[in-house]
Amino acid sequence: MADRNIREGREYIGIASISGPLVAIKGIHNVGYNELAEVVDSNGHIRLGMILESSEKAAVIQVFEGTSGLSVPETRVRFKGEPLHFGAGAEILGRVFNGLGQPIDDGPVPLAEKRMDVNGLPINPTAREYPKEFIQTGISAIDGMNTLVRGQKLPVFSGTGLPHNRLVAQITRQAKLIGEDTQFAVVFAAMGIKHDVARYFIRNFEESGVLEKVVLFLNLADDPSVERLVTPRTALTAAEFLAFDMNMHVLVILTDMTNYCESLREISTIREEIPSRKGYPGYLYSDLSMIYERAGMVKGIEGSITQMPILTMPNDDISHPVPDLSGYITEGQIVLERELDQRNIYPPIAGLPSLSRLMKDGIGEGMTREDHAHVASQLFAAYSHVKDVRALAAVIGEEELTPLDKIYLEFGERFEREFLSQDEYEDRSITETLDIGWQVMSTLPKEELYRISEEEIAKYYGKE
Amino acid sequence: MLEIIGQVDKIVGPVVHARGVEKAKMLDLVEVGEFHLVGEIVKLDGDRAVIQVYEDTTGLAPGTNIYSAGVPLSVELGPGLIGTIYDGIQRPLEKIRDTSDQYIQKGIHVAALDREKRWLFTPSLAVGDDVTGGEVAGTVQETELIEHRVLVPPTVNGKVTWVAEEGEYSIADVVAKTENAEGECFEVNLHQRWPVRRGRPTGKRIPLSIPLITGQRVIDTLFPVAKGGTVVVPGGFGTGKTMTQHALAKWSDADIVVYIGCGERGNEMTDVLIEFPKLVDPRTKRPIMERTIMIANTSNMPVAAREASIYTGITIAEYYRDQGYHVAIMADSTSRWAEALRELSGRMEEMPADEGYPAYLPTRLAEFYERAGMFETLEGKEGSISIVGSVSPPGGDFSEPVTQHSKRFVRCMWALDRQLANARHYPAISWLDSYSEYVDEISGWWQERSGGEWGELRRRIMDLLQQEGKFQQVVKLVGPDVLPDTQRIVLETCTLFKNAFLQQNSFDKIDMYCTPEKQIKMLQVILEFYDRGVEVIRKGANIHQLKKLEVYSDILRIKFAVRNDEIEKIDKIRDKLGRSMERIADMFD
Ligand SMILES: Nc1ncnc2c1ncn2[C@@H]1O[C@H](COP(=O)(O)OP(=O)(O)OP(=O)(O)O)[C@@H](O)[C@H]1O
Ligand SMILES: [Mg+2]
Repeated sequence: MADRNIREGREYIGIASISGPLVAIKGIHNVGYNELAEVVDSNGHIRLGMILESSEKAAVIQVFEGTSGLSVPETRVRFKGEPLHFGAGAEILGRVFNGLGQPIDDGPVPLAEKRMDVNGLPINPTAREYPKEFIQTGISAIDGMNTLVRGQKLPVFSGTGLPHNRLVAQITRQAKLIGEDTQFAVVFAAMGIKHDVARYFIRNFEESGVLEKVVLFLNLADDPSVERLVTPRTALTAAEFLAFDMNMHVLVILTDMTNYCESLREISTIREEIPSRKGYPGYLYSDLSMIYERAGMVKGIEGSITQMPILTMPNDDISHPVPDLSGYITEGQIVLERELDQRNIYPPIAGLPSLSRLMKDGIGEGMTREDHAHVASQLFAAYSHVKDVRALAAVIGEEELTPLDKIYLEFGERFEREFLSQDEYEDRSITETLDIGWQVMSTLPKEELYRISEEEIAKYYGKE
Repeated sequence: MLEIIGQVDKIVGPVVHARGVEKAKMLDLVEVGEFHLVGEIVKLDGDRAVIQVYEDTTGLAPGTNIYSAGVPLSVELGPGLIGTIYDGIQRPLEKIRDTSDQYIQKGIHVAALDREKRWLFTPSLAVGDDVTGGEVAGTVQETELIEHRVLVPPTVNGKVTWVAEEGEYSIADVVAKTENAEGECFEVNLHQRWPVRRGRPTGKRIPLSIPLITGQRVIDTLFPVAKGGTVVVPGGFGTGKTMTQHALAKWSDADIVVYIGCGERGNEMTDVLIEFPKLVDPRTKRPIMERTIMIANTSNMPVAAREASIYTGITIAEYYRDQGYHVAIMADSTSRWAEALRELSGRMEEMPADEGYPAYLPTRLAEFYERAGMFETLEGKEGSISIVGSVSPPGGDFSEPVTQHSKRFVRCMWALDRQLANARHYPAISWLDSYSEYVDEISGWWQERSGGEWGELRRRIMDLLQQEGKFQQVVKLVGPDVLPDTQRIVLETCTLFKNAFLQQNSFDKIDMYCTPEKQIKMLQVILEFYDRGVEVIRKGANIHQLKKLEVYSDILRIKFAVRNDEIEKIDKIRDKLGRSMERIADMFD
C-alpha cells in the first residue's frame, strides 16, 4: 500500500496509441483496474479517464472527454490510485454539475462532507427495507393501475416524439405521500439529451419552486459521449448521499438511458469485444443493473431512492435490447403508446404492457382503498378484452359483434377518454381515480366483473 | 496454509491473468491481491493461469500476489444452513451485515456456518460399527421441522473407534472416529466440506412416481412435475417467472427448498426474507423459513459469483438429499447464469458459439439438470432433488440458445405467455405451449386421491382446450355468433375454466394455495357444467341462459370463497348446478 502511495502522482510523458476515446500507455508502474487517470494535453488541459484494462507496465485508459487534440508523444498521464470520487455534501442541493461531478454553474465547489466512490457498492439484501409506501402521482393510469411506491425503480418506456418529458415533469410536480408533506429532493441526470429538454425540466422545477432541492448532472447531446458512462453513477452517488446520509426522499430521473447504452456499445465496439444482440455488449444487463439496483430503502434509515429512468425505444420496439434488459431489471415499466398519442390522449400510457410490480404491498385498505387491487385487475382484464373485440370488429365489422361485445367497445372508449386521459395539470386524488374507474366499469354488466367481490359491487357499482 | 502461488499479470474485469504459477491445480480456490479477493483457477497454461474473481476487481493492480491453499471451491455442509441467506460463494449475508453498513464491501471473509453456536447431537453409531460414507453418524434438530442427519463424509470408512456422547457441540467438533483395514484413521465432524463442481456420490436412480405438489392449479392439474423432476419456466420480463418460483418455494410439498436468486433483483430476496418467516406451511403448520435456504447473487453483485451460485445451491441440495429428504431447487434465473458464463468466456477470449455463448453452454446445462432425480441414498433411504429453472429469453423469444438447450435436458416446461400476462391472467402459463412428460408417471398418485377419476378429468379438459383453440380461429374471422351453441358451450366452458380454475391469484389469502382435493372438486364442477350444458342445449336451451345462471358466478368465485378446509361447500355448488340445469331442462320438456 505504502509503495503504491509513493507511485501515485508520478507523471508519464507520451503514450503508446490512441483509438477513439481509448488511450494505451506502456512503460508505467502497475496501476489499479478501474482507477482514475488524468490525461493532460499539450496545452495543459486536464481530462479525466478510467483504467479499462491493466496489465504489467501497461494500461488502456478510457478518456471521458474524448481524445481529440491528444498527441502520442506529448500527452502526459498521471494516475490517481483510486476510482472516480464525488465530493458530496448538503451544498450540492440546487447546483448543476457535469457528468463527472464537476460544478458547471459558475458557483464555488460545494463543500464535500464525504468523498464517495461513484461506482457504489451492492446493497446487502438483508439490509434492504421492502418498498411499500404509496406515492400519489395524481395520474390515474399510474396510481390506479401501475402504482408507484417509495423506493421503486419504475422506468418510462417511450418513443421519439412522445410526451415522456411532460409526463415525468408532471410526476415530479405532483408526487406526494398521502398525509405527509415532505417534498422529494430530485436528482436529475441528463445523458445525451438536447439543451431545450434540459431547459424544459429546469423551468419546470423553477415553476414548482423545488429548484433548491434539485441536483442536476448534465451531459447534453453535444457533450463528450464517454462521459455519459459515469453520469448516472455520479448522480446516483449524490442521491445515495442525500437519501442515506441526509435522510431525504430522493426521486432520481435518468434520461435518456438509450443514449447511455449507445455510449457503452461504442466503447465495446472499439475494444473489439464479442457483441451480443444488436451490437450491444454481452454485459449490458450487468452494467445496467449496477445503475438500476441503486434504488430502494434501507432498514433503519429514513431516506429513500425512487428511480424513474426514461428511455426511448428505437422504432417503438419494446423487444429492443435497451428496453428489454431494462424491463428485466426494473420493478415494472410505464409504456407510452404512439397510437393513443395520435388520438390525442394524454398521458398515452399503454393499458396492457405497463406494469408496477411493487403495487401489491402499497395498495388496499389503510393505504389507498380496499377495492383498489380488484378494480385494477378488472380494468386490465376488461381492457384486454376490448383489444380482442376491436381486432374482431376490424375483421367482421362492428355491426356483427354480439351485444355484449358492443358494450365492451363502449367501455373501451370511456376507459381511454375518462380514465386514462387527463390534463397535464390535473392532480387526481386516489379516491377520484378509483371512482372514475368504477364509473367506467359500470358500463359493463355486473356479471362481467368477475374479479371483483360481491360486496364491492354492492358498494360501488353504478354509483355516480 | 495460504501460499503465494504467482502474481497478477493483467486484469480484465472479473478475469485475472496470472504468471509465475507453478504449483496450482485447476479449480483451486485462490485469493488475489492486497484485498485477498476470492477467485478460482479456470485455466492453466504453462506457468500462466486464468482466474475468475468473485469480487469486484476495482483497484487491483498487476504485480500483486496470488495466494492459495490448494483446495477447490467448496461449501460447508452442516447444521445451520437452513434459514440462512448466502451470497453466491456461501458467505452469510446477515453476518456480513453485522460487520459493515448496508453495503457489501469487498474482501470480506466470513465462515458459512456459525462456529460458536452449539447443537444438541444425538449419536446413532456405536463403537465397533462398520461404517461407510453416507451413513448417519447422529442427528441434530436443526429447526423444529428438520432433523439434520449428520452424515459420515463420502471419503470416510472403517470401524468406529470412538463416538461422542449425546450433548452440545459446535460444528467444528469431532463426533466420531473410525479406522479402516489399512489402518487409516478418520474423523467425522459435525460439518463437512464438499467441492461445488462435483456431484456428491449417491446410490442408484429410482424411477419417478410422486408429484411435487405445488398448490398451483395449472401446474398440478395440467402440467405436473414429479419429485426428482426438472422444469424450465421461460418467459419475457414481467410475465411471472419469479412469482411462480416464489409460489413454489412457499407452497410446494418438498421437505427442503433451496432458492437461488441468480442475477436478479435485491428487493426480491428481501421480499423472501420478510415474507417467509411469517408464512405457515399448510402441511406442517410451521413457518416455511424453517425449511428454506437462500442463495442470493443479485444482478449488481460480481458476475463470477453468479456463475458459482448455481453450484453452491445444488451442492447444498445434494447434502440434504443424502440425508433422505426431498429437496426442491428454484433457480431464478438460469439465463443470468448462462450470461455470466458468456461474459467470463468473452473476457477470456474464447471462441464464441451461438449468440456469443461459449460452445460448452449445453454441456454445463446438462450437467446441472442431471444432478436432479430421485435416488436411493447411500444409507438405503430415498431422497430427491427437483429443479425448477427460470429462463429469461431476450425479447421473450424462445428460439434463443438458453431456452432451446434447456428444453433438451428437462422434461417439463411452463411457458409464460406475454398476452396472458398483459391481460393479467396469472399465472400466465400457456396451456397450449406448455407440456409435462411426467403425467403418466405420477397419475397413479392422483388416481388414488380422486377415486380413479383424475386421468379422465384431466384428459377431458385438455381436450376441450384443444377444441377451443380451433374454434377460436373461426371466431377470430367471423365472430362467435355463427358457431352453433353446441360449439359455443365449449368456448364458454373453457372461459369458465380459465377464469375459475387456471387463473390463480398469488396475493389472495385463500386462492394462493389450492389443495389437490380442492383442485379435483373444482375440475369436476366445471366439467359437470359442460356435460349438463350440452344436455340442455340439445334440448333447445341457448348459451346465454347458461351464462346468466347464478351458479355460474358461484363457480367463478369458488377459488376465493371456499377455503381449503371446507371443500364440501363445492358439493353444494355442484348440487345447485344440477338443480339449475334441471330447471332449464324442464322448460323444454
Ligand atoms: N400468480 C400471480 N398472481 C398475481 N400476480 C402475478 C402472478 N404472477 C405474476 N404476477 C404479476 O406479474 C408481475 C411480474 O411477475 P414476476 O416478477 O414474477 O415476473 P418475471 O417473469 O420474474 O419478470 P423478470 O424476468 O423481469 O424478473 C408481478 O409483480 C405481479 O404483479
Ligand atoms: Mg423475475
